[in-house]
Amino acid sequence: MQTIVYIEKNPITNKSRFVSLELAYKAYTLMQPSKGEVVGVFVGDSLPEDTDDLFKNGLDRLIYYTDDNLKNLQSIAYKNIIEQIIKSEEPDIVLFGATHNGRDIAPLIASSLRTGLTADCTQLYIDDLIYRKENKGQSLFQVRPAFGGNILATIVTPDNRPMMASVREGVMTLPEKKLNKPVKLEKANVDFNKEWIKNDFLSIIPKIKHVNFDTSDIIVAGGAGVGSKETFNLLHQIAKSLGGEVGSSRAAVDFGFSEKVRQIGQTGSIVRPKLYIACGISGQIQHRAGMEESKKIIAINNDKDAPIFGIAHKGIIGDLNEILPVMLHYLREEE
Amino acid sequence: MKKIVVLAKQVPDTANITGKAMKDDGTINRAVLPAIFNPEDLNALEMALEIKDKIDAEVHVITMGPPRAIDILKHALYMGADKAALITDRKFAAADTLATSYSLSGAIEKIGDVDLVLAGRQAIDGDTAQVGPQVADKIGFNQITYVSKLQEITDDYIIVQRDGETQTEVIKSKFPVLLTVTDEANNPRYSNCLNMLKFFKSNIPSAFSDDERKIAEENGWVIPSYDLESLELDAEKCGLNGSPTKVHKIKSITLTGGNLEMYDNQHTGIHKLIDDIKKDYIEVD
Ligand SMILES: Cc1cc2nc3c(=O)[nH]c(=O)nc-3n(C[C@H](O)[C@H](O)[C@H](O)COP(=O)(O)OP(=O)(O)OC[C@H]3O[C@@H](n4cnc5c(N)ncnc54)[C@H](O)[C@@H]3O)c2cc1C
Ligand SMILES: Nc1ncnc2c1ncn2[C@@H]1O[C@H](COP(=O)(O)O)[C@@H](O)[C@H]1O
Repeated sequence: MQTIVYIEKNPITNKSRFVSLELAYKAYTLMQPSKGEVVGVFVGDSLPEDTDDLFKNGLDRLIYYTDDNLKNLQSIAYKNIIEQIIKSEEPDIVLFGATHNGRDIAPLIASSLRTGLTADCTQLYIDDLIYRKENKGQSLFQVRPAFGGNILATIVTPDNRPMMASVREGVMTLPEKKLNKPVKLEKANVDFNKEWIKNDFLSIIPKIKHVNFDTSDIIVAGGAGVGSKETFNLLHQIAKSLGGEVGSSRAAVDFGFSEKVRQIGQTGSIVRPKLYIACGISGQIQHRAGMEESKKIIAINNDKDAPIFGIAHKGIIGDLNEILPVMLHYLREEE
Repeated sequence: MKKIVVLAKQVPDTANITGKAMKDDGTINRAVLPAIFNPEDLNALEMALEIKDKIDAEVHVITMGPPRAIDILKHALYMGADKAALITDRKFAAADTLATSYSLSGAIEKIGDVDLVLAGRQAIDGDTAQVGPQVADKIGFNQITYVSKLQEITDDYIIVQRDGETQTEVIKSKFPVLLTVTDEANNPRYSNCLNMLKFFKSNIPSAFSDDERKIAEENGWVIPSYDLESLELDAEKCGLNGSPTKVHKIKSITLTGGNLEMYDNQHTGIHKLIDDIKKDYIEVD
């Protein structure tokens, strides 16, 4: 078997995006049993600085196509180039990061190849598929939340190849120990036509607030129950003394207590810190989708029946207005 | 004049799923869920109407779904859309994004000479964000996804802001182009009272008796409806047949509570919690 992983670069760090490393390793584990190959595909102006890291996470080969015109997302050009590579490699599986750019081009490619694409998978595995009593052989089983996260559906692509799926950042894990694989770069042998450049980028404004959940072991998150921007500030102070980052539910963003970049959940970031402290968050399914993989969850809520207690490991039932200042007091207290 | 098509979907209100909506076998009973206008499709429609406020444009709204999806088409007319059409056929049922985009692109081609297609970024029942781009591919349009602002539109080009993850991009494109619009783009307007009076009897042709239909036509109440045949589509590419992805298995999500350790909400409990956190997560030199 063969799996192609679409590799993306973070324009700010010039390195591979985390999701690309995560998918390289996922593809590696999927391909291990059949000793299949994992091939990265990169399109852009220049390769990420840390290509060797992609191999340490599981790539066997990286096929790239670089051109100054491809610095920014050119949907049609990217699609045409990647499609040519897929047609010549004939992979069984193609994986995309469910990033804004991945979600832009993956559907174009699936449509053009007339094959299936399953968005935002949370689990991928390979097994024999029996579909309508017919054995379809080794197939990709794609598990994804649907219906606003209320159900988990397992999707298969019985008759079309490649089987395509996208996965959000933070969902798959990196290897505990880096792999020892040689770097193998290969320039793609494809046609490129300047007429495929259809988007004229007039300007690019970097987002100032960039919250880095990936490197935080502790996340202190607040929801609507925090009640005010002032009280939310206490969360920032608590996070600071713990050396953690502040997250929030969508309701807290909607109320203006917190910024959109901090939103955790189905339409925000997916996080899996060592400790997640949920303050005044009810734990609706869309929020849980972004944090329930955290190693330990502490919930503070005045409603003992709040669903968040259903997934928490430690909890306090009570009023945040009273609890947060006391927490801060003990945190700052010298040992 | 610019011809704009807005893709709108009627979706179950997944934000308000209660226990009653779950069937005994753990699947969701769509029938008891309220059906709403997919939120980001309202943003797409609002963008189309803002364009119409600025330049000479005609706004068509199309939806693929069962006859009850007529409700969102009427809502679109109330907001100010010029034309609406329902795409409905039993053979379209159980379509995945590929089959859906195929049927929708057939309808766009039927409208003809379209300059701009606006879709919502994603529908809240599937959250796939795939149908917009797949329609763009099928009709051969350029596309810009995650559009968070309309900046400028003229007869020759459109300038929008795209919401990238680490950056906001200002992009100019010629026509034809398809945009997928996010909820940050605008605040959808309310229904207009005069439009409500004008269109509240609107429906698909088959809903009117022969006598009524003449009056309905004179008053502009007839919302055309298209099926597989009238769109000249290939049955093999529609509905379940045309869907490469199949649902293998469905599981509803139940909370699996761990061992929940409670602390009291007085000083002693909070003190102990902080001590435990410090012990487990903060390295002491
Ligand atoms: C398509 C879609 C996508 C979504 N995506 C996301 C997402 O990515 N992330 C997300 O978070 N949500 C998302 N949502 C919204 C989600 O459904 C919930 O509405 C949201 O998570 C609720 O936030 P909350 O828990 O802060 O607020 P609420 O549900 O209002 O809960 C507030 C909690 O605070 C408690 N409380 C109140 N006062 C106090 C007090 N003084 N002391 C202690 N506790 C108190 C209450 O008991 C309650 O449990 C999405 C919804 C939809 C439809
Ligand atoms: N059945 C449909 N009828 C009309 N438009 C649709 C339909 N399904 C999806 N769309 C459009 O495609 C967008 C993305 O849908 P989805 O890929 O399901 O997340 C929606 O916001 C709509 O604009």
